Amino acid sequence: MSLTLRKPELHDSASLPDIPAPEGSGMPTYTIRSKRRADGADAGALLEVSMGPQHPSTHGVFRMDVVLDGERVVKLKPVFGYLHRNHEKIGESTTYLGSMPYTDRLDYFCSLTNNWAYALAVEKLAGLQPPPRAEYIRIITAELTRLQNHASLVGFLLQDMGAMGTPLMYAFRERERILDLFESLTGARMMCNYMRFGGCRCDLPPGWLEQASQVVNDFPRFLDELEALLSENEILLSRTQGVGVLSRELAVNASITGPMLRASGVNYDIRKVDKYGLYDRFAFRVPLGEHGDVYDRYMIRILEMRESLKILQSALQDIPEGPIMDPKAKLRGFRPKPGEVYGRIEAPKGELGFYLISDGSPQPYRYRVRPPSFINLTILEDMCLGHHVADVVIILGSVDIVMGEVDR
Amino acid sequence: MSAPLPGQGIIKGLAETARNFVGSYLKEDRLVTVQYPEERVPQKEAARNFPFLVYDGDDWQKGLRCVACLICEKECPPQCIYIVKDTARKPDYTGKLQFQPKVFDIDTSVCMSCQICVEVCPFDAIKMDVEYELSTGDRFGSLLMRKAQLAKPNEYYRQIHPTEAAEVDARLGAEKSRAEAKAKAAASPKSAGCGV
Repeated sequence: MSLTLRKPELHDSASLPDIPAPEGSGMPTYTIRSKRRADGADAGALLEVSMGPQHPSTHGVFRMDVVLDGERVVKLKPVFGYLHRNHEKIGESTTYLGSMPYTDRLDYFCSLTNNWAYALAVEKLAGLQPPPRAEYIRIITAELTRLQNHASLVGFLLQDMGAMGTPLMYAFRERERILDLFESLTGARMMCNYMRFGGCRCDLPPGWLEQASQVVNDFPRFLDELEALLSENEILLSRTQGVGVLSRELAVNASITGPMLRASGVNYDIRKVDKYGLYDRFAFRVPLGEHGDVYDRYMIRILEMRESLKILQSALQDIPEGPIMDPKAKLRGFRPKPGEVYGRIEAPKGELGFYLISDGSPQPYRYRVRPPSFINLTILEDMCLGHHVADVVIILGSVDIVMGEVDR
Repeated sequence: MSAPLPGQGIIKGLAETARNFVGSYLKEDRLVTVQYPEERVPQKEAARNFPFLVYDGDDWQKGLRCVACLICEKECPPQCIYIVKDTARKPDYTGKLQFQPKVFDIDTSVCMSCQICVEVCPFDAIKMDVEYELSTGDRFGSLLMRKAQLAKPNEYYRQIHPTEAAEVDARLGAEKSRAEAKAKAAASPKSAGCGV
């Protein structure tokens, strides 16, 4: 069920030098803020840098307090919350339907998978079952979302590495075609607000499937080009291999999910584990990494895009005719029975879950989001320790964060 | 596998860049940039921006479909709709007396174009516009749309969302003919229609 990454043998992670001790590095340093730490290290020799929240490499308003010894990171503290906008409390004070457009704004790259996760949780709560055509539309839109998310992530990652513009623009060229599909289906490029409890809001417009097939058929050319451009590039290999290694054990213990977990070699994909939607009807493999470094995380995304294309090709062919809404679904006056539920999907960034408690009123009593990129970000320090400050930027880029989801 | 020559990967990558660069002069699918505002992408039929109020006929105040039922105000997630019911009533398209809004404001600086007002409206009175060049000189006043600015004719709706508008017209037409048949059947037409 798993395949191993193609990995050119240029650098071995074991060949990296050990982390030098903080003292005696001989680098001329100076302090911005002189502070004596509890562990007894002399703060005078260390440089404390506050990266962000307006730093261009932090993918949004995110700040890291980095303590440097020369160029090496000895301590890193991520600071979240600059984009906090009370998503969960708003979810508890609006109706179930009213939270749907807010979920678009969690991970604003992947609004359709956010919609799906929330719809899945509410459907479990209310006992609704979307018809097969709606499930197929959900799978098609979710896999298209995965394509454009991974494509732009690779672009951003290379941007962080100093490949200014070119890979990102190539990725955005493809992403734009997918967003055009989203616009003709849902009316909006990014804030789709498309899925409803028990189905989808509207049926596919005429000719949409042909357009989507066209995009899917053209996508491998982009992937081949991207790989020719990047995957064997010596600069990329030496910048990414052996950098930011995340061990299997730590990844599991820190509840890392998604491509990051699989890059560390753990075979765990919720599409396979839960078989939500109709994913059990599709043949696709789960790519796994073996080193858990930035290169594996980059490569996992490329391979996942290829697997998504397989799902898309068969879904676009097999999509059945029929209704797109469960006849039991109600738009106005929706009050699910009291109960609690956790619905989760494999979003492009990892496990996206919604935990809801209903007390029978039109609003959820409790509304909680389990965002993948927030939890994937918590082990940033463990991955960055001992690396250069320039590597911190790439390691952060390889986590694939969107601050809208981290801070909610 | 023999060791690759140093720099081979970089040269391969640069060849790819060159192919894209040269291709952008020769092939249309490599040059995707649209020179806005001189060029524009054709509008998608499903496109949505901010909501507007539909009216039938020529007089926007008489023909306004909105019956001030306050459902959209209640369901609007960011609470950007503000409605005050008028005490005077007016007949709707079936001739039934209905309430009407005295004030209907949408704060487009708050609106997030989610279309939920359109979905919950039982009277097909509020629809999504496609206008996107809406910049104004001040932050608040000009973005607060009043009833008069929001009211747009049904012809406009047919023009921007033809498929959807045809469905709505067919449904409303059927309701109207049903109501007329009913009114004919009952010798004395009921005078008091009610709001929702």
